Amino acid sequence: MLKDITLGQYFPGNTVIHRLDPRTKLIFVLLYIIALFNAKGWAANGVMIAVTLLSMAISHISLKNIFKGLKPMMFIIALTALLNLFYTQGTPIREGWIITWEGIERSVKMMLRITLLITGTFLLTYTTSPMALTDGLERLMNPLKKLHVPVHEMTLMMSMALRFIPTLIEETDKIMSAQKARGADFETGNLIERAKALLPILVPLFVSAFRRADELAVAMESRCYHGGEGRTRLKQLHFTGIDFVALFLGLLLVAGIFVLKHYGL
Amino acid sequence: MAVLSVENLTHTYSVGTPFQKTAIRDVNLTITQGESICLLGHTGSGKSTFVQHLNALLQPTSGLVKIDGEDINKDKYTRRDIKRRVGLVFQYPEYQLFEETVAADIAYGPKNMKLPKDEIEDRVREAAGFTGVDVSLFDRSPLELSGGQKRRIAIAGVIAMRPEILILDEPTAGLDPAGSRTIMENIRAYREKSGATVMIVSHNMDDAARYAERLIVFSEGTVWMDGSPEKVFARTAELSEIGLDVPMAAELAEALRRRGIPLEGAIYTHEQLLNAVRRAGAVPAC
Repeated sequence: MLKDITLGQYFPGNTVIHRLDPRTKLIFVLLYIIALFNAKGWAANGVMIAVTLLSMAISHISLKNIFKGLKPMMFIIALTALLNLFYTQGTPIREGWIITWEGIERSVKMMLRITLLITGTFLLTYTTSPMALTDGLERLMNPLKKLHVPVHEMTLMMSMALRFIPTLIEETDKIMSAQKARGADFETGNLIERAKALLPILVPLFVSAFRRADELAVAMESRCYHGGEGRTRLKQLHFTGIDFVALFLGLLLVAGIFVLKHYGL
Repeated sequence: MAVLSVENLTHTYSVGTPFQKTAIRDVNLTITQGESICLLGHTGSGKSTFVQHLNALLQPTSGLVKIDGEDINKDKYTRRDIKRRVGLVFQYPEYQLFEETVAADIAYGPKNMKLPKDEIEDRVREAAGFTGVDVSLFDRSPLELSGGQKRRIAIAGVIAMRPEILILDEPTAGLDPAGSRTIMENIRAYREKSGATVMIVSHNMDDAARYAERLIVFSEGTVWMDGSPEKVFARTAELSEIGLDVPMAAELAEALRRRGIPLEGAIYTHEQLLNAVRRAGAVPAC
């Protein structure tokens, strides 16, 4: 049940996309999002769909996995579609109806945009390990250090948080099993009863999270960790030819979408 | 009289993802009332996955688990009832304590069974007695007690449900020798008094030799061997091949025999070794 959460999950692989520098992928996703929000017409949206499907095919991520990730977002997507459907001015599809042709078009495009947005970012986390992702992020934000932004600390916190998501999920699973073995019931009862039933999970979970944080801090200090100053890395990031190709394609995508926008397509 | 039977049980984790892994494969077993079983196996041999099927915490990918001939996974009522009949104590159970007082934590299971209040109190006192939790601790917070005491309270929490079959996953992991011995003795006493079936998951061969009448050895997700301690510990070489030891006493007896001291009978506990050595006349009786 809890194991099915795909948020931020990494699917190991050895495709071209897996091997790209994480910085390239981060910039590419940024360009992709810029392109996505400027894709107004059907032609431009078609291009975005094609690019997304192509990236999925190259990285060997199946539609099934994408759908699994989209499931928790379904409510937001449906709500956006409904709002756009009923609150768009234009020509009604039939005399006296609220629903307009423009509303239908807009709600379809909004659904498409949110779906593509989520899919694109999922492709990033599916193909990049959390470590590589935060490493890339730190390098990209390096210039901000000049402005005394604590970039290293921020990315360290992020990578630790990502690192502990699976651990905490596993822990929650274990505690849930243990309490279920003692007859706990999380599925029936009214709202208050169910909230109360969560207490036997939350108390041990918090206790162990604090214990883990404490142990981690001690382990880091005993290995002389003292922040980002002068720290070297096991895995150095290097741009290679394929990264420049990917970035060029990303820029090309943005340029293409802007051209299509100019012509109203 | 509960008879638990497992038929062609297979469990695969994360079906259809790159992390797919078959943890147990085609397991067949029957467990009858009053047995004292030790489930042995190397880390990752599927022991823990297996025991979670016995009270329907995990559902089989294929195969059946039956109690008295009835499928325990038939519907959600049988799945709930089986948890009262088969009590499972997880590894490091002290991490599941959550109540404000020791007594309340032990009472959590019986309370979930919707028992009357005085019955719950009886059971809490009885379970605490079995595991050596003193009444003076009842109003303390379980979180401020020592590791060994927490472990005892957690085990009492399961015993308080009076399960017909009690399964403990590595009950002595991380405890000092004295603490381990008391817990094992408590479990033995519980079994003798209540007549319950007790199954202990372990990789401590000395515990297995001393406390169990039947050993089930898991290796790579299948039952590698199932029999009495004599039978299992006779296969020293094969045991070490699958990453397990023989009890210290058996190893020592083997070494003595190699040096020409004639020791009789099967030897796998300290007492047996001592008696055999005395019989062989190698040590004067003290």
